[in-house]
Amino acid sequence: MTSLIHDLPARRARSTDTFVRGVLFIVSLISILTTIGIVFVLLRETLYFFSEVSLAQFFLDTRWTPLFASRRFGIWPLVNGTLLVSFIALLVALPLGLLAAIFMSEYASPGVRGWLKPILEVLAGIPTVVYGYFALTFITPWLQKIFPQAQIFNALSAGLVMGFMILPLVASLSEDAIASVPYSLREAAYSLGATRWETVTQVLIPAAFSGITAAFILAFSRAVGETMIVAIAAGQQPKLTLNVLESIETMTAYIVQVSLGDTPQQSLAFYTIFAVGMMLFLMTLIMNLISYYVARRVREVYQ
Amino acid sequence: MPETIIEIRNLSVWYGNFHAIRDVTLPIYRNAITAIIGPSGCGKSTLLRSLNRMNELIPGVRTTGEVLYQGQNIYAPGVDPVSVRRRIGMVFQKPNPFPKSIYENIAWGVRINGFRGSKAELDAVVENALRQAALWDEVKHKLHESGFSLSGGQQQRLCIARTIALRPEVILMDEPASALDPIATLRIEELMQELKKDFTIVVVTHNMQQAARVSDYTAMMMLAEETRTGTVIEFGETQKIFTHPSDKRTEDYVTGRFG
Amino acid sequence: MSTANPFSENAEHLRRRHLKGALLAGLAFLAILLAMIVLVTLLIDVFLDGLPWLRPQLFTNFPSRFPEKAGLRSALQGSFWLMILTALMAIPVGIASAIYLEEYAPQTALTRWIEINISNLAGVPSIIYGLLGLGLFVRGLGLGRSLLAGALTMSLLILPIIIVASREALRAVPRSLREAAIALGATPWQVIRDHALQYAMPGILTGIILAMSRAVGETAPLITIGALTYIAFDLRGPLDIFTVLPIQIFNWVSLPQKDFQRLAAAGIIVLLGFTLLMNALAIFLRNRLRQRW
Repeated sequence: MTSLIHDLPARRARSTDTFVRGVLFIVSLISILTTIGIVFVLLRETLYFFSEVSLAQFFLDTRWTPLFASRRFGIWPLVNGTLLVSFIALLVALPLGLLAAIFMSEYASPGVRGWLKPILEVLAGIPTVVYGYFALTFITPWLQKIFPQAQIFNALSAGLVMGFMILPLVASLSEDAIASVPYSLREAAYSLGATRWETVTQVLIPAAFSGITAAFILAFSRAVGETMIVAIAAGQQPKLTLNVLESIETMTAYIVQVSLGDTPQQSLAFYTIFAVGMMLFLMTLIMNLISYYVARRVREVYQ
Repeated sequence: MPETIIEIRNLSVWYGNFHAIRDVTLPIYRNAITAIIGPSGCGKSTLLRSLNRMNELIPGVRTTGEVLYQGQNIYAPGVDPVSVRRRIGMVFQKPNPFPKSIYENIAWGVRINGFRGSKAELDAVVENALRQAALWDEVKHKLHESGFSLSGGQQQRLCIARTIALRPEVILMDEPASALDPIATLRIEELMQELKKDFTIVVVTHNMQQAARVSDYTAMMMLAEETRTGTVIEFGETQKIFTHPSDKRTEDYVTGRFG
Repeated sequence: MSTANPFSENAEHLRRRHLKGALLAGLAFLAILLAMIVLVTLLIDVFLDGLPWLRPQLFTNFPSRFPEKAGLRSALQGSFWLMILTALMAIPVGIASAIYLEEYAPQTALTRWIEINISNLAGVPSIIYGLLGLGLFVRGLGLGRSLLAGALTMSLLILPIIIVASREALRAVPRSLREAAIALGATPWQVIRDHALQYAMPGILTGIILAMSRAVGETAPLITIGALTYIAFDLRGPLDIFTVLPIQIFNWVSLPQKDFQRLAAAGIIVLLGFTLLMNALAIFLRNRLRQRW
């Protein structure tokens, strides 16, 4: 029996398909390998670190001086610095970002939104080293005029600028959350004689609460992991303090400091960057996971 | 002669360049149920939503003509739509309770409209609204559960309750039972008959039997052939519209020959 | 009880409600305004400081102790070659992963793990990638503080971005197009290779450009793997030590002399130029592709 269409090309195509599928699968495992790699590297070097330094020294000491002669390994000054700058950044980014999201979602006309969103995208796309430059050369001198006791490197300057860097992230994620509230809810509110602002604050925001919270947590995670702004403008003096006008050091800036310096690669001081990195990784991982689970609750609300 | 509470005069609505309804002139009588019927797409919802200025939520909408509520044109410059909507309420096709408790669903609307009483008085308002919406017995023990924990029919009655809690004079209903099962539909229809003692109701429905059962007056809408815009082709007592209508098109529609 | 104007009762309360609303709407607008003012101030500040130093020497000279003689030559070389190497590695892997996940992957636990991984990796601070590169490429594979180690590190960093963007582009391919091909007896790979990929290409390209524009500005991971801040010779090959534009800027900002800070501003102008160019290209592509179909 002759057939008009030969079967051979089809069989060849199918075996190609299987081959291609195999190759693609192996390649996509690289993403899992990346995570495994991160955990492996951090774990191995951190374990080595903790073979020389006790957990008590790491978690109970309040001074961090691994590069000095009298070495202390308390992590808290670095965590303090990170959190101090992050909180300032969030103080700026969360309210302004949410307000910006409300404006874009409920008040701006499509025309205005058309050029507003790209501007926010530009703000988000500026390399962080540029923000660091801005913090040190523009904000800090102004800060010193208002507060003469402010040091050249301080947490406030870095925190303020970091806030504006994170703002677009908060705005964009919050806007998504607000926009995904069903239109019928808006109609219900308006039909009861609510003003626009009442609808936004008393119906839409509570309804979008999970999404907005997830956005806030993500912003926090971003602030904690940010490096260049603090490396340039916040200082290299790890200390436990709430004085935002002083020089401090964050976890990320410390890693940069050691990487730039002459610390020999086999020394204990070198391994500190992995221990600090592990702490950083765990903090951001936990925050990202919380954010992910909070965001999932959104779907449960509208049955 | 029944009292007119709303008088619609030469009402036309455009969405951008699209002329949705034209030259509608219609009386709405107090304490009666007026049904708006007609084939789909002829502008029934547009007409309904013009009565409490809900159309304005859509960008690019333009309205001409007048809607006189107690003699005052709701579209007059200087009239606040927020004010209008408090007095002319609306129930939607798909129940849309807030993601709040049953109690809060009703209390919220009351509060933002300036309620200044005590908690006990607020409780009383909520209870009255739920009673009047024939929902009280079913929810009185679970007022603080989510509005979403109710069935579809109950959710719709909750939406009716939160609307009547504001004591509007007119309640607009946009196909209120079309998303519900037959039993829940019947309960809504019974509720409407009860409510008309205290309120005026305007209901849009594509279900002719429902219109015949429930309403006192009926307005028949249709897309005019030449202009492709919706308009009211006949209005009168429901009895008359369904038994011997004046317009042939109405007759075709109610007898099922068309639509 | 109906007065002449039924809408006038409770007017005072209504006025207050509207006032509150207007006040808060104004605040929302101010927030946006503030963000824009900061952006404009930043750009003006950079341009005022940096423009006078944007001279040919900036591009032809190596870094130097003397600001008048200092330039970006080594940094530009490093950035350029780093981008090329990174692109060569990240783009095929990213697109391949996206194709697998979007077109082939069954709904198993392993697939979900891969997807969770990717979205998690997108949220890992970039400096952690630097530590990964340090442990795995610089020391583990013995590549030292080389351009290659840097490129490998950056590839891993931008991989999630490319994968997510490519997946979305593939997801947007209309079902009708695929069904037409399948009805003619095409295998999944043939559908992808000859139809879906072409349709999704503008979207994929946009994602790639955005990922690269992010990569060109990254500093922290490269510092961590050991890219230097002072290189006074031309790049010799992928195993050579290197520096990049943002690191040079960072170095100059950290120096005490005012002139170096102005040089940093000039470097920023160059960096922003590249970044904004790439972003504009991506936005342009994204709009064009919407009109074409």
